[in-house]
Amino acid sequence: MNVKKQQKDYSILVKQKSPPSRLLKDMCLSFLIGGLICTLGQFISEVLSMAGISEEDAPSITSSAMIFLGAFLTGIGIYDNIARIGKAGTLVPITGFANSIVSSSMEYKSEGLILGVGAKMFTIAGPVIVYGISASVVCGLIYYLLTII
Amino acid sequence: MRNQTIEISGAYIESAFSSVGSKESEGPLSKYFDAHYSDDLLGQKTWEEAESCMIKNTLSGALTSCKKTSEDLDAIFAGDLLNQCMASSFGLKSFDIPLFGLYGACSTFVEGICLGAMCVGAGYAKSVGAITSSHFCSSQKQYRFPLEYGEVRTPTSQWTVTGSGCVIISQKETDIQISKVTVGKIVDLGVTDANNMGAAMAPSCADTLLSHFKSTNTDCDDYDCIVTGDLAYVGTDILLELMKKEGYDIRKKHLDCGSMIFDKDAQKVDAGGSGCGCIASVFSGYFYKMMKKKKLGKILLIGTGALMSPSSVLLGEPICGISHAAEIELSR
Repeated sequence: MNVKKQQKDYSILVKQKSPPSRLLKDMCLSFLIGGLICTLGQFISEVLSMAGISEEDAPSITSSAMIFLGAFLTGIGIYDNIARIGKAGTLVPITGFANSIVSSSMEYKSEGLILGVGAKMFTIAGPVIVYGISASVVCGLIYYLLTII
Repeated sequence: MRNQTIEISGAYIESAFSSVGSKESEGPLSKYFDAHYSDDLLGQKTWEEAESCMIKNTLSGALTSCKKTSEDLDAIFAGDLLNQCMASSFGLKSFDIPLFGLYGACSTFVEGICLGAMCVGAGYAKSVGAITSSHFCSSQKQYRFPLEYGEVRTPTSQWTVTGSGCVIISQKETDIQISKVTVGKIVDLGVTDANNMGAAMAPSCADTLLSHFKSTNTDCDDYDCIVTGDLAYVGTDILLELMKKEGYDIRKKHLDCGSMIFDKDAQKVDAGGSGCGCIASVFSGYFYKMMKKKKLGKILLIGTGALMSPSSVLLGEPICGISHAAEIELSR
């Protein structure tokens, strides 16, 4: 029997028998939890402004606070439980970035400070940094070209 | 035509021992397991050391329960899921027993039983051991993401069992014998989703099962139970469908260790359990005891493995399946 046909038939069967992700529920939860994290960030920012912190400094302090919170909740083993409910809602904000770095550091601590923590800290966050910076360079170039036209 | 099935005489199971971690101890089969570890680190510093420690304790348990020492074993067939079979090599080094290190992914336990039974049946050894293990945390680290990472699991993903199982196979006549083994072939139906292992393994399981039925001239009515390793819920559904297409309705006789070891909904394991330690602990803990109590007379034990590595998945290679079967029955 034709192998390609056999594989195609099988992939149809697999699709039939595999339960799909509950997209609507997952998306609603992501929106809710992700939104809550962002609201918390906004809240911190507002409080800082009211406390008289300048508009330039408030965003940096807010980011640091959110990174600390993400790292702290990862360290005490809670962040992954929130992520189980909040799905992508916990991945996208800056707290997700902190979670990816801290969880990798914790996991690879046993392999030493250089080749363990040092090398593997960015296994998950690395691609985000590489393509985030690359995308910003491309956007910057386009912006520059538009301004000189 | 090639016959994949080998008839064996004079290979008996002298003892079996199972160990499981905390989540498995909360599952429906908890009371059948011989050793429970509430601390998944087993007092060690790393997950890898914990798994080695578990495999070491499991072999000790199996030897003690048949009043043997490591000196009495002529060889041991062992394997696990970690790189270069780290857990079994480090866990077994202190026993001073000739070692065959095996890798057949989650089919390794039955692969070990097949080789052990052949070795003992042919008279090359008086007594051998077959042992495997898996650990959720060490597998998570090697194959997926760090433990504390906020990973999103898909509904088809399986939960690696923290567990180990060991059987001692001897020439000494006992109630339970290994009478036939069927060595499986690699089956590739182009599955590439590493989060759907059941789908990757089911075709190889059907292939081995059909081959066993044909070469022994049996069908599912000849067995009290057909036990598969870790197809879990999705893989089980696919296996039943594939067998139905071939004209065999195995629904009433089929049990899957990956579907039995956890409570699907209460323990949030998505598609069910998996890993080398799944079939090893469930066979050594549950099925062996059921046979010893004569509640089961003849079972066909099929270890199902997904041949892949973290690199092969990234390279875009398909996930192939391999399944080995052992016919285990009461000898008297």
